[in-house]
Amino acid sequence: MPDIPLEEVERIAKLARLRFEISEKPKLQKELSDILAYVDQLKEVESKIIEAEPDDKALNLVREDVSINSDDPEEFLKQAPSREGKFIKVKSILE
Amino acid sequence: MSNDFKDLTLKQASEMLARKEVSASELAQSAINRVKEVDSKLHAFLYLAEDRAAADAKLADDAIAQGEATVLTGIPYALKDNLLAKGLQATAASKILENYIAAYDATVVKKLSQSLPVLIGKTNLDEFAMGSSTENSAFGPTKNPYDLERVAGGSSGGSAAAVASGEVLFALGSDTGGSIRQPASFCGIVGLKPTYGRVSRYGAIALGSSLDQIGVFAKTVEDASFAFQSMAGQDAHDATTLPVPVPDYSSMLSEDIKGMKIGVPKEYFIDGMDPEAEEIVRDAIRKFESMGAHMEEMSLPHAKYSLACYYIILPVEISANLSRYDGIRYGLSVPGKNLEEVYYNSRSAGLGAEPKRRIMIGTYASSAGYFDAYYKKAKQAQALIRKDFTDAFQKYDILLTPTCPTPAFKLGEKVADPLSMYLADVFTVGLNIAGVPGISVPAGVTASGLPVGLQIVAGHFAESKLFHAGFAFEKAMNLNLRPKM
Repeated sequence: MPDIPLEEVERIAKLARLRFEISEKPKLQKELSDILAYVDQLKEVESKIIEAEPDDKALNLVREDVSINSDDPEEFLKQAPSREGKFIKVKSILE
Repeated sequence: MSNDFKDLTLKQASEMLARKEVSASELAQSAINRVKEVDSKLHAFLYLAEDRAAADAKLADDAIAQGEATVLTGIPYALKDNLLAKGLQATAASKILENYIAAYDATVVKKLSQSLPVLIGKTNLDEFAMGSSTENSAFGPTKNPYDLERVAGGSSGGSAAAVASGEVLFALGSDTGGSIRQPASFCGIVGLKPTYGRVSRYGAIALGSSLDQIGVFAKTVEDASFAFQSMAGQDAHDATTLPVPVPDYSSMLSEDIKGMKIGVPKEYFIDGMDPEAEEIVRDAIRKFESMGAHMEEMSLPHAKYSLACYYIILPVEISANLSRYDGIRYGLSVPGKNLEEVYYNSRSAGLGAEPKRRIMIGTYASSAGYFDAYYKKAKQAQALIRKDFTDAFQKYDILLTPTCPTPAFKLGEKVADPLSMYLADVFTVGLNIAGVPGISVPAGVTASGLPVGLQIVAGHFAESKLFHAGFAFEKAMNLNLRPKM
């Protein structure tokens, strides 16, 4: 399996909101290609889709629709790097 | 007292507390002294919680005085630093959470607290539990107590080293692909990964949500069963926990395993396995036979796909789970000229090489055009792997395998080659893919003094069989491994 193209590495980095230095990219390209070549052995797996076997322990778990006391929101809000009152402050999205 | 603390089992310490030979406060001080004595060499701990330990010990001593103690009351323990204890740091060994303080207790911490153990501190791990050596920790690696030039294993290497070196009497870790069993094997202690759905993950920093389980490290199988008893069970905060009754595990601890049906999967003895480690594990398996168990070689035909399957499912889940680290609500935030640049800056500065690598793999494998070829294929393989195990447990009570292909490797030996590091988990990941429980129990030491673990595997929710078989084996072997430090 040939290495994945550098442009593909850049496209994926953009989707993941990660920035890499130019010097890091060839190494990353090689590592990703090696890992993808390894997982490629799954192509051997017979393509028959296993009929979903009913699992007697698999359940949908739901709780009653009643209000319960939560932890103090302030405990969570105070972790935010920037806030105004009870709101978390972010940069404007529309320019 | 302080000289002996490092060698005590949880049970022995509990009996000493009951006989009032020692107080919980004294025991906590012994643990803290031991950490101060050895941790500059080991680096098992990221944070020593002296104030919390003193407060916990006071509560334990009060309970003991009032005759309300249980087996865990006053017992010093540690938490992997990806588990939340209110008011304490929870870094997941990442720069992006370096200054994060937990706003609530994980369910496991809350449940354990009812028995009043004493929290000594938070232990080191590979960043976000991604790794097999703790070398991916942003705060430096943990060393193996048996050889300081070797790794403690990972990702829960700090918890394993802390228990093995006698800093604490038990510790919690998380296991997504072997992160409890592999370091337990490397450090010569017991490590349990429970069934998926047996223990709540609420308050655990998520890695691969369809694979993650929280489990326990201890010196003995019996000690592990005591801690596990207090953690298991359904939790309204984690919908993957199931309403399966929690049995009394201590009643399952018997030395009699006559007639137990044991399978030995041939796929778990591979070329390239360390010959000395293989011989130790083969001897261990013969031991079970000599104790009256029925042994049979068998096959898990899709086992060879486990690791490939894992390295698609896990990165896809990582890329989703780690998208929350964006510099907005908590954790490191690096300013930028617009919102998107805040994301880029915070994530690029805060996340280490391995998380970035896995986010990239997961983003690739789940992106348009590749999803069917990778993720869908991996889910098919998962169904086949799971069926191998469920079929096997129609016939066998337990399976026996090596925990790892090698004893602890040297620091730096595998860091340059991510794929070779991934292969350290080749025998452990299958259980996470199938959701079944496993325990690593010490089986022996190599000529150079490195521990080797035996992995015992059971069917879904059959942890009691792990405790039964593990306890009988441990008693028969009578190894009582302790590092010389």
